[in-house]
Amino acid sequence: MNPATTAGTPSQREVAVDELIGSLDFTGVSKRFDDGTLALLPVSFSALPGEFVAIVGPSGCGKSTLLRLAAGLTALSTGTLAVRARNVGYVFQDPTLLPWRSVRRNVELLGELHGVPKPQRRAAAEAAIAAVGLTGFEDKYPRALSGGMKMRASLARALTMSPDVFLFDEPFGAVDEITRERLNDELLRLFQARRFSALFVTHSVTEAAFLASRVLVMSERPGRILTDLPVPFPYPRRPELRYDPAFAQVTGMIGAALRAGPGGGPR
Amino acid sequence: MTAPNSTGEAPEIPAEPDGWDDLVPAAPKRSRVRVWRAALPPLVTFGAVVGLWYLISYGLLSPSRRFLLPPPQQVIQGGFLTWSQFSQILDGLALTAKAAAAGFGIATLLGIAVAVAMSQAKSIERSIYPYAVVLQTIPILAIVPLIGFAFGFTFRSRVLVCVLIALFPIVTNTLFGLLSADHGQHDLFTLHGAGRWKRLWKLQFPGALPSIFTGLRISAGLSVIGAVVGDFFFLQGQPGLGALINLYSNRLEPDQLYAAVIVASLFGVLTFALVGLIAQRVVGGWHESARGRDKA
Repeated sequence: MNPATTAGTPSQREVAVDELIGSLDFTGVSKRFDDGTLALLPVSFSALPGEFVAIVGPSGCGKSTLLRLAAGLTALSTGTLAVRARNVGYVFQDPTLLPWRSVRRNVELLGELHGVPKPQRRAAAEAAIAAVGLTGFEDKYPRALSGGMKMRASLARALTMSPDVFLFDEPFGAVDEITRERLNDELLRLFQARRFSALFVTHSVTEAAFLASRVLVMSERPGRILTDLPVPFPYPRRPELRYDPAFAQVTGMIGAALRAGPGGGPR
Repeated sequence: MTAPNSTGEAPEIPAEPDGWDDLVPAAPKRSRVRVWRAALPPLVTFGAVVGLWYLISYGLLSPSRRFLLPPPQQVIQGGFLTWSQFSQILDGLALTAKAAAAGFGIATLLGIAVAVAMSQAKSIERSIYPYAVVLQTIPILAIVPLIGFAFGFTFRSRVLVCVLIALFPIVTNTLFGLLSADHGQHDLFTLHGAGRWKRLWKLQFPGALPSIFTGLRISAGLSVIGAVVGDFFFLQGQPGLGALINLYSNRLEPDQLYAAVIVASLFGVLTFALVGLIAQRVVGGWHESARGRDKA
């Protein structure tokens, strides 16, 4: 290890590839914005390869900032952060599709940006479109798709790069409950098949408990991690799990942790 | 007559089967109705204008002052159907159109280039934008003679007038479009290591196309105005449409004067429609504003 980089700068994001591929390490990572707002108090946690970690917290608690730090979209203020991945997938709150491109060409975009030759990126796009169940809609433009289908296309786009680490920033926050449950089921199916590790930000307790093997509960701004709760249900998880009393117990615990946080309790 | 079933009921569905027909609008009848619906309002306006024209010509103006607005049939007879006159107008139009087209073409390339440069650095935007505004606020009539003195009363100067008048809307609309890509889309490009050119070419420029066409549409009309205004001052050599308008008004030839004005405005409408048609072709497939609201 290079001592200059570890000792010289106190805050750094390190992207390395080794046998721990797909793991994430946050050590004392905090974020203060340029305007002086403290968004995130020092946070430490790790995610193992193949782990699905959900992060729940009230709006504005810095959970999106956590993802942006992990993705390298914003610089850390203190601490160290290691993302061990060949490719990092990021699914935004909005589908962020380019309206002038068909579904196929939208899904191909990342390959284009990374200079993947056309036959390969086209094949990857076809496979990803099939994986999210959008076959038959390849030539449609985003304006013709429903909110749920746009999110599927957005997910397919991220899948084309076969990420080892997947960052989800409330991707299903804007779709209706029925669509959201179906997308959750399909996301778990993809998770089973592809074995990426995931950091999934949401404000839905049910969604967090259904998807994740671990749930981190965050406090209000400035955010910090209040609890780290394991979700003891094995994968694959069946949709009916949501109505299981044991599941209700887990969501109850997450809910209690949220309410117990500073500023979160009743006045 | 054949009864559809043994009870002998009429095969037609009764007027109100369950009351839903009143709530759900019938599917729009295709083509003919739609064409009429589209064509009727402008036709009514056209009729009203012609009616008003007749009213002024025959109702308000005494015969001795009728030359101020001769009735339509006289304009058609004297301006359009008298070939010697009409061919002169067409020759004038050709010259004016050439200047307008050249000016519009140059303004398009230059305007987009300037806007792209401005979109790449705030400092470039700050150093150019105020002067673009100044350029726009100078009355075109005031600078046409100056251009003539400085560059000679040549075709090139006519084109320059068109460029000056058409440039601003293209610059501002293109710049607005280039800067309108949302944060999420920019983040996506940042995440995947897209440099300046990939970002410009794959994100900002295609996203700006609807705005660019808005600017082009405005500028197409303006460059026709620029060419006609330029003609007023560039009287040497073959006369353009503006020079002819000037000539006819000095000679008190109202039929030809009105015919020339009508040809000039029809040409303006034509260029406007042409740019609109190209916009429909280029961005109509994905952009809402370029197509009818009901055609999902």
